[in-house]
Amino acid sequence: MSQLEIKPKGVFSGYGASILLLLVALVYPFVVTSNYALDVGMLILFTAFLGQSWNIAGGFAGLLSFGHTIFFGIGAYCSAIMVATYGINPWMAWMLAIAFGAALGAIIGYLSFRFGLRGSYFALITLAFAEMFRVLADSSPITRGGLGILIPVKQGASQLQFADPRAFYFLALLLCLIGLGLAYWLKSSRFGARLEAIRENEDAARALGIHVLKEKIKCLALSGALAAAGGSFYVQKYLYIDPQLAFSVARSVEMLLVAMIGGAGTVFGPLIGAATLGVLAEVTRALSDAQGLSLVVYGTVLILIIGFLPNGLISLLRRGPRKQGGRHA
Amino acid sequence: MDFLLNAVVNGLMSGAIYVLVALGLTLIYGVLHIINFAHGSLLMLGMYVVFFLVTRWGLDPYLSLPLVAGTGFVVGYLLYRGVIGRFSHGKDENILLVTLGLSIIFENAALFFFSAHTNIIDLDYIDDILIIGEIFIPYTKAVSFVAALLICLALSLYISRSDLGKAIRAVAKERHGARLAGINVEGIYAVSYGLGIACLGAAACLLMPSYYVSPSVGHSFVLVAFTVVVLGGMGSFVGALVGGLLIGVAESVSAAFLGEQLGQIAIPVIFILVLLAKPTGLFRGAQ
Repeated sequence: MSQLEIKPKGVFSGYGASILLLLVALVYPFVVTSNYALDVGMLILFTAFLGQSWNIAGGFAGLLSFGHTIFFGIGAYCSAIMVATYGINPWMAWMLAIAFGAALGAIIGYLSFRFGLRGSYFALITLAFAEMFRVLADSSPITRGGLGILIPVKQGASQLQFADPRAFYFLALLLCLIGLGLAYWLKSSRFGARLEAIRENEDAARALGIHVLKEKIKCLALSGALAAAGGSFYVQKYLYIDPQLAFSVARSVEMLLVAMIGGAGTVFGPLIGAATLGVLAEVTRALSDAQGLSLVVYGTVLILIIGFLPNGLISLLRRGPRKQGGRHA
Repeated sequence: MDFLLNAVVNGLMSGAIYVLVALGLTLIYGVLHIINFAHGSLLMLGMYVVFFLVTRWGLDPYLSLPLVAGTGFVVGYLLYRGVIGRFSHGKDENILLVTLGLSIIFENAALFFFSAHTNIIDLDYIDDILIIGEIFIPYTKAVSFVAALLICLALSLYISRSDLGKAIRAVAKERHGARLAGINVEGIYAVSYGLGIACLGAAACLLMPSYYVSPSVGHSFVLVAFTVVVLGGMGSFVGALVGGLLIGVAESVSAAFLGEQLGQIAIPVIFILVLLAKPTGLFRGAQ
């Protein structure tokens, strides 16, 4: 993808639009009146964050993962076990869960990439890891098996439980901003450039002296840490986790979908994808109560995007002005 | 000892179905070099077809096999021509994502139309059991074992003897050369995909009498089929046969020793170990 970096003039380009978006996100919880609308906004930001975690591995470095919920689930279970079983402070548990996610990312990365698994094979092995963790969580006493773990209710900011539902909205916004910041940093740092080089041509990257294995491991550790942070957040918000919630194929697919649909390997792609799918979900829900319809739409959108807009919805925002410029200049 | 023997024999019986499911996957991989992620959800659709044929029209699942397999071929052919070939621009990872998109659509359409209920069919011979010495085999499993192996034999004979089979093997080995020799490569791709899905149709007919169907039933087969194919070697028919039987036995023996819950771990663990240690599988993909 050796596109010339043309300064985009679209709606979402530049600092002005970003600040406008941020303002909208900050004001939103004070404008909406229902808790439902607040939850929709929170979920969009949260899904965008999880999508960003996939994007850092799958988009920037081309590590196509089909089982990214491994890290989400590990983060969720680490937090839940530490808080519910050992009584550790939830904020502390959150930080430890992030460290666990990073470590697991490094381990899975080391195992997979040391043996040279690429592309589709890496996708399959992550799928198998997620299934292995699901079975383990389902049958081990530490995770309380299929019953799942309930977090005892103890309200208070120090316990990471809030009476005001807006608190979790702002926490999700903060996570989303951290994700965007990291992606922005990757776009402009040498580390990010090395990852893109590996994605485009691994052998050429190696020939240029890039330590491919090391960079890939670092990338998956970073991505795993983010997803684990998301899992921890989920546990504190819903105060419950079970094997199906933690390690389902559906969550892996959702993380991949928002990034792919918005635009993999771009800073704002996951956010655009999450917002699009969030709105689509609300529309289909308004049309019909039946299960499954919104995901049928998601799947169709995915195929259409791959067919017609391989760089995601974000390319619509960029392409418009460039084409015009080309024609009239 | 009888306990172990029964586990092994029952594992072989379910392994034969895995062979059939994996055969479709390995054929598609061997020829098109793509990983068909929609495999499990297409099997699920096939099982629903069998289920409705039995409950609505009272058609016996074994008699409906030619019909369902034939429909599978047509559906697969059209799916390749209409969607997969067209949308993926020939890039490996795009095809993986397109087939993922298809599986999301099929699975949730099934959820939408048929609800999440688990369905089974009821036939008067379903509870019959074959007793050989100390071994107990449900009659339906014995039939599916023999039928699955016969279908595999027939398919590999067809691929190795017929003109179309020769063309398929030519495309699998060297697609540019095949095109120069006047073979319609895109057509062969679609036919191979169709044959792969026909295998699923047959598997659905043999599976339904001893199994259940629900919109997410494909999940449990996706990983099994990939494991079989990776263990046997991507694209290898003999590999799918040996791999399928091995995986069936491994699954049933580990369930016997570790219990139903933890026993499920055998398949992902075998899969990970094979991918890490010997990603080319036991038999290199040679046709």
